[in-house]
Amino acid sequence: MSIFVDESTRVVVQGITGRDGSFHTARMIEYGTRVVAGVTPGKGGRVVEGPGGARVPVFDTMNEAVAESGANASAIYVPPPFAASAIMEAAESGVEFVVCITEGVPVLDMTRAYAFVADHGARLLGPNCPGVISPGKATVGIISGDIVTPGPVGVVSRSGTLTYEAVGQLTGAGIGQTTCVGIGGDPIIGTTFIDCLKAFAEDGETRAVVMIGEIGGTDEQEAAEYAGRSLDLPVVGFIAGQTAPPGRRMGHAGAIISGSSGTAEEKIRAFRENGIGVARRPIDIVHLTREALR
Amino acid sequence: MNLHEFQARELFRDAGMPVPRGRVAITPGEAGAIAADMGGAAVVKAQVHSGGRGKAGGVKLAGTPEEAEAHARAILGMTIRGLTVHKVLLVPVENIASERYVGILVDRAVQAPLFMVSREGGVDIEEVAATNPSAINRLRVDPRFGLLPHQAYRLGSALFDAPSLARQCATVLSQLYQVFMKNGASLCEVNPLIATAAGEVKAIDAKVTIEENELFRRPALESLRDLDAEPNAETHARAAGLSFVKLDGNVGCCVNGAGLAMATMDLVKYYGGDPANFLDIGGSSSPDKVVAALEIITADPNVQVILFNIFGGITRCDDVARGIVEATRRADIRAPILIRLTGTNEAEARDILAAEGFSAFTSMDDVVRAAVERAAA
Repeated sequence: MSIFVDESTRVVVQGITGRDGSFHTARMIEYGTRVVAGVTPGKGGRVVEGPGGARVPVFDTMNEAVAESGANASAIYVPPPFAASAIMEAAESGVEFVVCITEGVPVLDMTRAYAFVADHGARLLGPNCPGVISPGKATVGIISGDIVTPGPVGVVSRSGTLTYEAVGQLTGAGIGQTTCVGIGGDPIIGTTFIDCLKAFAEDGETRAVVMIGEIGGTDEQEAAEYAGRSLDLPVVGFIAGQTAPPGRRMGHAGAIISGSSGTAEEKIRAFRENGIGVARRPIDIVHLTREALR
Repeated sequence: MNLHEFQARELFRDAGMPVPRGRVAITPGEAGAIAADMGGAAVVKAQVHSGGRGKAGGVKLAGTPEEAEAHARAILGMTIRGLTVHKVLLVPVENIASERYVGILVDRAVQAPLFMVSREGGVDIEEVAATNPSAINRLRVDPRFGLLPHQAYRLGSALFDAPSLARQCATVLSQLYQVFMKNGASLCEVNPLIATAAGEVKAIDAKVTIEENELFRRPALESLRDLDAEPNAETHARAAGLSFVKLDGNVGCCVNGAGLAMATMDLVKYYGGDPANFLDIGGSSSPDKVVAALEIITADPNVQVILFNIFGGITRCDDVARGIVEATRRADIRAPILIRLTGTNEAEARDILAAEGFSAFTSMDDVVRAAVERAAA
């Protein structure tokens, strides 16, 4: 099994004619993802050609794209000024799952988009995230199929390349994954660690979860408490930013220690107190996951 | 992006908030003259991006222009939490009857703007939150509707008993919300908001942080950035589209992706080294960005070794390799460069590097250990 996306997911790409949108549309199709439509306002009627003779019809609006293609998920690659609007358009069109890859979305825009998406009952992943991949089934976003392999481990992370690092090491050690989810590095995000833990718990095949957090906020602490209280799966944790100075934004908009809150120590303590094994080095993620699967 | 108090006060005044007019001085003489204009007495306040200015001796009451000049002489050039004071703000002395705290921020837990207000004003709000959390009132604002009038009045009444003060406070809170939204802030804070003996509510301090992601559509705010308050390297990095934070160690780090960059710094520390910086070259990195990154890293005299950790995805390893080669051709880089790269176009990258006599690691653990050893040697 897997969470959020699989071989039945029908994806519409918002911003499909842009540089990133067209590039990753091809990569998604190459991996076997069913990309059924694209949207770029003003470019409706065009066709984007993909690998293996794929032809993806382009529409002006999400409503048209969903009505014509039966898409149930969207992947957003539009520039920051238009990203929140694209998220809300997707939610309104009736797709169940919206993945926003865009980095640099204004946070106040996101506060409105978040409330709008919640009202429409859609699930948002991101923004500022690498998306989600279910190995052997589908990738929605920008995670490369080269570094994953099917198996029993769920991976959830706030970071992009650090996720690749961890997943690449798991794959290299012969430990496969059910689904790898990047939830994004922004302060306001749709899907949280807890949402992913719950989904992995309901997925029949996930036998352990790797949770990769970083400084800033309290999402990891809340997820740790949830895991300690009501999760039946073993969890392996890693926190980036132990050497980060307070008050400085470390690349990600959300990666900042505010006052004494959001430190790596605080998160690591919450992990330990709730029975989550903490990897001190990325390479230890592999060792701890192997133990967790025993 | 942090604003100085004098800049934040202007944003507050533009929104109609009751903020007494202040003036900025950069020399003691100017400070004395301003105090004389104000009638002699003034409060002299260090303008620096740091809390705890009062405790550090950066806020002083002057009874005469001569005192104002003397205070300014003491404050200008002083260091508060590592930051040098280049400017002082002079403001009128107020007759304070009571002090309150009001603030609004983007709260990650409620995924919306959140007001925090407290009767415990004029003190460190983090301390209040830690020691007496029930003294803080919170209100989540639905960003689609804004701060509703009855909500503003409810918060005002929580802060002041007298109806006149509660009403004035409610108005201030609505204005503060306007400043927050209009300027794309992640934090707006007044500490303290005071009631004077004459029954007037006034904001006598101002703190505003602008969300970096909001700046592209507010170019006027970019001009408020204080370049003196950050190391030159961080200014250069921003211009080159790099995310950079200067640290005190000697292992220069160049990584793609913020999470991996932090994990790399942590691993340097784990193996007994000290990172010289956080540096994320970003996703679609061109050779030019890598050249700029190397210039910034090598400008730090503490750097003994340069560590590249690249996990190629959108970032192409061959782009990074070309950037390294280009940078070493342009300048004589003394520090050894240790490179780890894997992922997209790895084979081409290795060929490019090999032609210039570089070799590259495949494992993050190995390259970090090697870099720490070289830095210690």
